[in-house]
Amino acid sequence: MLNLIGRRALQGLLTLLVVSFLVFAGTELLPGDVAQAVLGQHATPESLQELRVQLGLDRPAPLRYLSWLAGVIHLDFGVSLASQVPVRTLVAERLGHTLILAGLSAAVAVPIAFVIGLGAATRPAGVFDRVSSIGALCVSALPEFFLGTLLVLIFAVNLRWLPAIAYVTEFRSFGQMVTSLAMPVATLAAVIVSQMARMIRATVVNVLSLPYVEMAVLKGVSYRRIILVHALRNAVGPIANVVALNLAYLVSGIVIVETVFVYPGLARLLVDAVSSRDFPVIQACVLIFCAVYIALMLLADIAAIIGNPRLRHQEMKK
Amino acid sequence: MNRRLLDIQNLTIESVATRKPVVSGVSLAIAPGEVLAIIGESGSGKTTLGLTALGHIRPGLQVASGRVLLDGTDLLSMGPSALRSMRGRRVAYVAQSAAASFNPSLMIGEQVIEPALVHGIMPADKARARALELYHDLSMPDPANIGTRYPHQVSGGQLQRLMAAMAMCCGPQLLVLDEPTTALDVTTQIGVLEAFKRAIRQQGAAALYISHDLAVVSQIADRVVVLHNGVTQEEGPSQAIINAPKAPYTRTLLSAYKQWAPGTVAAPTATVGSPLLTVSNITAGYGQNPTRGPRVVAVKSVDLEVRRSSVVAIIGESGSGKSSLARVIAGLLPSASGEIHLAGTRLPKTVEQRSKDQLRRIQIVFQSPDVALNPAHTVEQILGRSLALFGGKRRRERGALVRDILEMVQLPADFAGRKPSELSGGQKQRINLARALAAQPELILCDEITSALDPVVAASVIDLLRRLRAERGLAFMFITHDISTAASFADEIAVMYRGEIVERGPTDKVLNRPEHPYTKILVDSVPQLEAGWLEAAAGRRERLLASAGGVILAD
Repeated sequence: MLNLIGRRALQGLLTLLVVSFLVFAGTELLPGDVAQAVLGQHATPESLQELRVQLGLDRPAPLRYLSWLAGVIHLDFGVSLASQVPVRTLVAERLGHTLILAGLSAAVAVPIAFVIGLGAATRPAGVFDRVSSIGALCVSALPEFFLGTLLVLIFAVNLRWLPAIAYVTEFRSFGQMVTSLAMPVATLAAVIVSQMARMIRATVVNVLSLPYVEMAVLKGVSYRRIILVHALRNAVGPIANVVALNLAYLVSGIVIVETVFVYPGLARLLVDAVSSRDFPVIQACVLIFCAVYIALMLLADIAAIIGNPRLRHQEMKK
Repeated sequence: MNRRLLDIQNLTIESVATRKPVVSGVSLAIAPGEVLAIIGESGSGKTTLGLTALGHIRPGLQVASGRVLLDGTDLLSMGPSALRSMRGRRVAYVAQSAAASFNPSLMIGEQVIEPALVHGIMPADKARARALELYHDLSMPDPANIGTRYPHQVSGGQLQRLMAAMAMCCGPQLLVLDEPTTALDVTTQIGVLEAFKRAIRQQGAAALYISHDLAVVSQIADRVVVLHNGVTQEEGPSQAIINAPKAPYTRTLLSAYKQWAPGTVAAPTATVGSPLLTVSNITAGYGQNPTRGPRVVAVKSVDLEVRRSSVVAIIGESGSGKSSLARVIAGLLPSASGEIHLAGTRLPKTVEQRSKDQLRRIQIVFQSPDVALNPAHTVEQILGRSLALFGGKRRRERGALVRDILEMVQLPADFAGRKPSELSGGQKQRINLARALAAQPELILCDEITSALDPVVAASVIDLLRRLRAERGLAFMFITHDISTAASFADEIAVMYRGEIVERGPTDKVLNRPEHPYTKILVDSVPQLEAGWLEAAAGRRERLLASAGGVILAD
């Protein structure tokens, strides 16, 4: 089993390497010249050239890629062109905020999704199943920016209960954190809950229709034990996969939600960096998002391996 | 009968949606310690009936009328908690597929003792000791450690016996066994059957034994109930039903069941033609590079010859390489070495390399029409594709040809517009065969095409093959694990064991005077109707295995 997990982890690292190349190549292709972007329209050709040499832009791209990669491995992403602050400092500050937002969204969404999914699965085609599946479909059809704006309209503009933006540099109290994050978290959670609940329901319904569940019924095992011991044990691999996929989906959702609510997270930093052509910051942010995505996929794979006794005991069979 | 342990009275179960009865007006009773068999084809309602002994009605079905009394209490009017405390403790169930009925994520031992634990009959350590006893009784290998393994780590035959251990764990008064040996090879079945019979006797339990196999039933049951379309046809002592059937349906069942018995095969009389297919020294297998060095060798140095308008049966247990050999001949699995000649011309290894004409001349028919036929296509489309590819016929001519082919497989012309889902199992298998016939082949490779069919239907498909061979000079390579079918139909038999053909010759010679030790065991494992066969055969098997020198059977 460790062998298998090791192989998956190695594949993950390899993917990350390919991603780093793509990120670098992508920023190379972006229109505009960095020196021009930094010095503005009226810079003299001499000063432009000087800055290029200073930034190392006169060297060929493959060399620059390698030295950038070497830096990344040591968590050194270079210096921001816009603010002249090391990218690491900028990212560290913003990453915390994004992790709080993502973590809270996951912490709210996963249990709710489990309750809804399991509840719907125990009585397929029952009232709860129908209501929840229609609700989930409606919510997942709404894009985040619409849902977010709708929440702002209702709770901030009309009811005036919550602040319209979540612009905070630090949280002074728990209460303040709750009020400023309630809407962004609700927006993100709503979308992933609806996805997860539907997929958890489908997985559990499928497991409950298998012969070994009927066998457990015929052995006189209680319904509670059938769900918790027989069904969940086999559903855990696929469900972990669903959860990890949806958390990975958060990565893209967060870009939109942070923008809508003007939340000072990593995604906002990325959006700002793109508009100011701050290449080192763009590269760092995109790479971090990709790394998170790959890590979540890896976790999903590992969960699937642990959940499947055939894979878990691969060595034993030989 | 004085005391009735299980008493089913005038029971009718119907489909919720269509209100069509699945079981209608069935009454039967089992005395303590008695073994009663329910015999019937698939769809006869025997599983539905068996499950009512545990008060279980599958979703989509409902009880229309009747009672199921266990020791005088009606199970059908019991509340859920009373039912739960009865199930597994007083009545236990052994399902057809142990592989599907064991939870893949839990250790075997946990599942075996689970009924004893959930019913609070004994503490875990006592239950484990009890399980160990049962493993011994059921002749499990390595009984001390088998409980800590997972279902995928033991063989099918072992798993089937482990399920019996699970059922007997609480010492139930009644066991319901639903086709418990049907999925097993004959050589495996005999050991499992004997273990079941012994364990039932030792536990003093009564049993409801559900099966479609008359010979198996005759070995294990005291009495038999014959069920057809949910209606009881006949009931009586096993030997009386087999020797003097009264109901017309029982007679049909017995006549379709042309059980092969040792020494009864006549020498083939049909004249056969020149060599059509010659397989020389074929080795093939699976792995990343199957043509160079296959990691898993499935077919080992096989020689075979099929003559024009002859039938060669390949027999052997599952995993012996029968299907792989057919796939090599069809060009679906490229061989690592060896040659195949069709009427003197060497065939390229793969389908891609073969000419259209070469492909046309050899057709393959798979076991399951449900998988082989596109469910979205009509019969006309299914056959038309084959006709268009190999005949290049115009659309208008094709319609007439489709009708001809349907007539060839004895189906009415209006079936052309139907989809596979609108056909019965036997009809689907005929379409599956018709698809191959549409190419006008010379050789048809049949891979277990009667295995999933009921005996009566299977017999009619074999009749059809026989007729096609006589009228059209077709040759068949007929892969089967069912020796009786091979005996009734084949000119020659090749016995496969672990990828090799260990014996090959005329059917009468191979079956009446087998030479290879494996063939001897295989032939002797085919269940027979006469009383006492099981014990005698189990005894002979020990002696045969001892003298076989190197033959290892799956268990």
